[in-house]
Amino acid sequence: METSTLLSWIIFTPLLFGFIVALLPKGLEHLFRKVALAQTIVNAVLATYLYLNFDGSSSGPQFIHLISWLPEWGINYLISIDGISLPLVMLTAYVGPVAILGTWPDLHHGKLRSEKFFVFCLMALQTGMYGTFLATDIFLFYFFWEVVLIPMFFMIGIWGGKDRIYATVKFFLYTMVGSLLMLVAIFWMLKTSFEAFGAPTGNLFELSKISFAFDGSSLSSAFMSPQTLLFFAFSLAFVIKVPMVPFHTWLPDAHVQAPTVGSVFLAAVLLKMGTYGLMRIAIPLFPQAAYYFADFFMIMGVIGIIYGAFCALYQTDFKKLVAYSSVSHMGYILIGLFSFQKLAIAGSLYQMINHGISAGGLFLIVGFLYERLHTRNLEEFGGLAKSFPLMAIGFMIMTLSSVALPGSNGFVGEFPILLGAFQVRPVFVLFAGTGVILGAIYALKAYQLVMLGPRTRTDLDQLHDLNAKEIIAMIILTIFVFGIGFFPKTFFWKSDASLENYGNTLIQKVSSK
Amino acid sequence: MNVETMHSSLPLLILISPLIGFFMNGVVYPLKLKGFAKTDPNTAGATATFFIGLSFIMACIAFSKLISGGENPSLTSYCFEWFNFGGLNIPFELRIDKLSATLVMIITGIGTLIHLYSTSYMHDEECVGRYFSYLNLFCFNMLLLVMGNNLPLLFFGWEGVGLCSYLLIGFWYTDTEKANAGKKAFIVNRIGDLGFLIGMFLLFRELGTLSLPEINTLLKNSEVVARIMPSATLICLSLFVGATGKSAQIPLFVWLPDAMSGPTPVSALIHAATMVTAGVYMIARLNPLFELSPVALSVIAHTGALTALFAGTIAIAQTDIKKVLAYSTVSQLGFMFLACGVGAYQTAVFHLMTHAFFKALLFLGSGSVIHACSGEQDMTKMGGLKKFLPHTHFTMLIGSLAISGVPFFSGFFSKDEILYSTIALPNGISYLFIIGVITAMLTAFYTGRMMSLTFYGSEKMSHDVKHHLHESPALMTFPLYVLAILAAFGGFFGVPHLMGDFMGHMPHFLSHWLEPLVPAKVLPLIAVKLPLHEGVVMVGSSIIAVLSFFAGVMIFKKIQFISDAFSGLAPLQKLLSNKYYIDELYAFIIVNPLKKISGLAGGIIDKYIVDGAVNGLGRSVRALSGTLRGIQTGDLQTYGLLMLGGIFLAIVFIFKVLV
Repeated sequence: METSTLLSWIIFTPLLFGFIVALLPKGLEHLFRKVALAQTIVNAVLATYLYLNFDGSSSGPQFIHLISWLPEWGINYLISIDGISLPLVMLTAYVGPVAILGTWPDLHHGKLRSEKFFVFCLMALQTGMYGTFLATDIFLFYFFWEVVLIPMFFMIGIWGGKDRIYATVKFFLYTMVGSLLMLVAIFWMLKTSFEAFGAPTGNLFELSKISFAFDGSSLSSAFMSPQTLLFFAFSLAFVIKVPMVPFHTWLPDAHVQAPTVGSVFLAAVLLKMGTYGLMRIAIPLFPQAAYYFADFFMIMGVIGIIYGAFCALYQTDFKKLVAYSSVSHMGYILIGLFSFQKLAIAGSLYQMINHGISAGGLFLIVGFLYERLHTRNLEEFGGLAKSFPLMAIGFMIMTLSSVALPGSNGFVGEFPILLGAFQVRPVFVLFAGTGVILGAIYALKAYQLVMLGPRTRTDLDQLHDLNAKEIIAMIILTIFVFGIGFFPKTFFWKSDASLENYGNTLIQKVSSK
Repeated sequence: MNVETMHSSLPLLILISPLIGFFMNGVVYPLKLKGFAKTDPNTAGATATFFIGLSFIMACIAFSKLISGGENPSLTSYCFEWFNFGGLNIPFELRIDKLSATLVMIITGIGTLIHLYSTSYMHDEECVGRYFSYLNLFCFNMLLLVMGNNLPLLFFGWEGVGLCSYLLIGFWYTDTEKANAGKKAFIVNRIGDLGFLIGMFLLFRELGTLSLPEINTLLKNSEVVARIMPSATLICLSLFVGATGKSAQIPLFVWLPDAMSGPTPVSALIHAATMVTAGVYMIARLNPLFELSPVALSVIAHTGALTALFAGTIAIAQTDIKKVLAYSTVSQLGFMFLACGVGAYQTAVFHLMTHAFFKALLFLGSGSVIHACSGEQDMTKMGGLKKFLPHTHFTMLIGSLAISGVPFFSGFFSKDEILYSTIALPNGISYLFIIGVITAMLTAFYTGRMMSLTFYGSEKMSHDVKHHLHESPALMTFPLYVLAILAAFGGFFGVPHLMGDFMGHMPHFLSHWLEPLVPAKVLPLIAVKLPLHEGVVMVGSSIIAVLSFFAGVMIFKKIQFISDAFSGLAPLQKLLSNKYYIDELYAFIIVNPLKKISGLAGGIIDKYIVDGAVNGLGRSVRALSGTLRGIQTGDLQTYGLLMLGGIFLAIVFIFKVLV
């Protein structure tokens, strides 16, 4: 098997930079944000190199790196990448510099408390996210999954807003409760693999060959099947992260309290860990259970879309509005994944990326406004387009992406999801489709309250439109919005083989029993 | 049928040209001048006009290629693969055939005129560059809508024109009311778009393709038809929901009158000539599909007829000149859907074309009037403008005669054909004919009223306004004259058979042109069965048109509302001028409930129930741990007692349950 250390470099470069920052002596604080930017750029370059060398015609894992860790438990440091994790790694890599550039003033050392630790957290967070997307060993996955939690906990808890402690404890407990069950399930699986192969293994590709006992003859028997119990143990952890209604209330609080850069990572990448987990582990490893309860998850997706949209409509805090719009948009991914339709599954993967771009962009806009006007209350803006024309354009582009206008990236995700899922569950899609309308209502409402109408503020004249760094951040996002919108093939073709294989295997597993 | 598909880059070039214009005004100039409001208005206008004009020239070339291209020729540009995964293959492919060519000519031709007009009309506004970039972007999307060779691409344009409409209606965005109008247009359109999406999904489920030529070819296969038959009505009605949104039909017409708060040239281009006819185009394009469902057709015919009548009555009582034209547009679009609904798709396209001529003319004319009156739109503050604005008056009079259906002007031919179709066709419904006739009468009447209040009658403007009165510059009157010529003579593209006989066997050009794509059902019947009826309808409707128009002009020279003469009609006047209180009704049954639901979801359920449960769980865990902490007293005796109790319970358990 061909091995490569490239992926390990991608995972640990942020941490490496983190240690460099930690070792910098006093007096060099002004360098911190530059080091942070350098790190994200190095990662973006590494990821681009990875993308260029990724073999799009192969559906199997590539760039495998294996280091023996706890072999007697079947646990190893095993990482690899395929067409499903590739886009998410790329997303993380490109969101990095965008997030840093877009929140540059926030990262000023004069403004931050314990700035060294903040930058370290930011880097550790990235290591955790890369690791989660690249882990091919189930325990290693769990490890990175938990690693992500810690820097985020501190970022909200130390550098957050007024109610940061409440928000971060809620975030932490919520996620912990989910992942505890996941840990139990992992040990159960290691044990099962011992029974199946004679030696335990945490290798996801090996584990996917085991078929865990499932009896779908009645609801209660299905419920008590080992496969279902495992499926739910994993799913709970994942749907909390997505977040699926009704496990979503940690998200608005976390977003509102988190510093902008944290919000951008949270919305753009962190939430995708949940859907990625469903797509990578919960559904393919426990396909019959997932299929049996698919309707439940699709309905929850539909409820999430509608409910999230209504909640977003109600908000006067701009950041909360965007947070609820995430709840709404992530619902589409649930529908797509649990429709067991190739087209919709592909759409779900694209939607993960697209939501990362649009939500990341919208949180940046919230940050731009807060940086200038020190408020997030939608009623305290108005008529800003005249003062901030560039911001108005950037905001409009992100709004279009968010409402999934054809030609923007949003359409590339939502259209295949709805079209694919319609083939099996037309009624669900009909209801999910109302999100198309509701999404436009809250998005345009927010845009109008901020940018249009008469100017109500008097302090605008001494404030500046986007600066060069912010412009670069928005341009990168804009390129992705329209690039993906017009040429989805160019951006996603390297995932085709993996998605095809994923869909075929899944459908075969589900239909054989 | 002989289909000749020619690969050509022309469709792509026609599409791209306005997009380049968009980038010039939207990106290049602002970058060069380092600011958005700095572009010279003339440069902005000239650039935008140049690129849409270029499109028009290329469209003419394409058109001439089609004329010499055999029975059913088409030009296609395959650009790139848009979607291709999981069994869905959607190329970015453009096609100009005889139907889309007709629309492309209208869009680019009238588009060029309106760009030219705008250069003068918008000259003194701020941010002219932004205006022209939006206008070019609109043309790009509209061209994509008619040239897109599959439904998702059509939908791309469909949503894209909605976006541009939103941006242009809210062009003067610092005015909250105008921004609201833009938002309303976008959201109402989105309701329709959901219908369109569902229709598309259903079609994909039944046919496995979304390519327009493939759909229409598959529908020639009787097996496919048999398979799709049960869901045909559902598909057609879903798509029609989309059409009611974009083309402002009941119940989704409410956005169009509000859309008049955009600049007047925008109303002419988007809200009269092109975008709002997208629904008619879509139905004409998919006519083999709609033919499968008589139920859906009947719904379309009734909706169209009702909308025509309903909007026509409202138009009588309006005082804002643009609102009159807006309701008139809704009403005329209703006519087009009436035609579609009785199966006269060709006629619908015919009326679409003539309407584009005369309604664009009337809107541009009204713009010229508003321009002259220093921005005043209220007709009750005008009057007697004829002598101040001779060119505007003359051209608008032609437009008015055309829309009223006065013989030999363009509207006469197309409207007559629609009226006749409603009784002559197999799907025809005679009471819809009566509604059509009444609406035609109303149309001539309110148009006469508009002309009278504006140009004739006594002068009612303020001294200031009167002082500034001036005829518009040539850049504005030139497009008026071109459109006036089209509005006057455009009807001769479709001379009815009966009349053609008198005119040296002049054929129905449009019908022959569209025949391969949009087969006619009208003409053979007219020719064979009912020549006399055709004459009766024609003569009758001519008399009605002339009399109503004349009545409208004469009555409103002295008064402004009918209720001024008959005070008993005052309540009716109030009802009409308030547009039947439809906006208030929608606020009551839709907008407010939505607000309530969102308040319930965000303010109560999420805060107190969902999150309340989470926090409650947290609190109870803490409370429980508090209680448990109480047990750990550190007192050995207590521990001992508890241990004893535990052992006792264990023994009881073992003996009672296990033994």
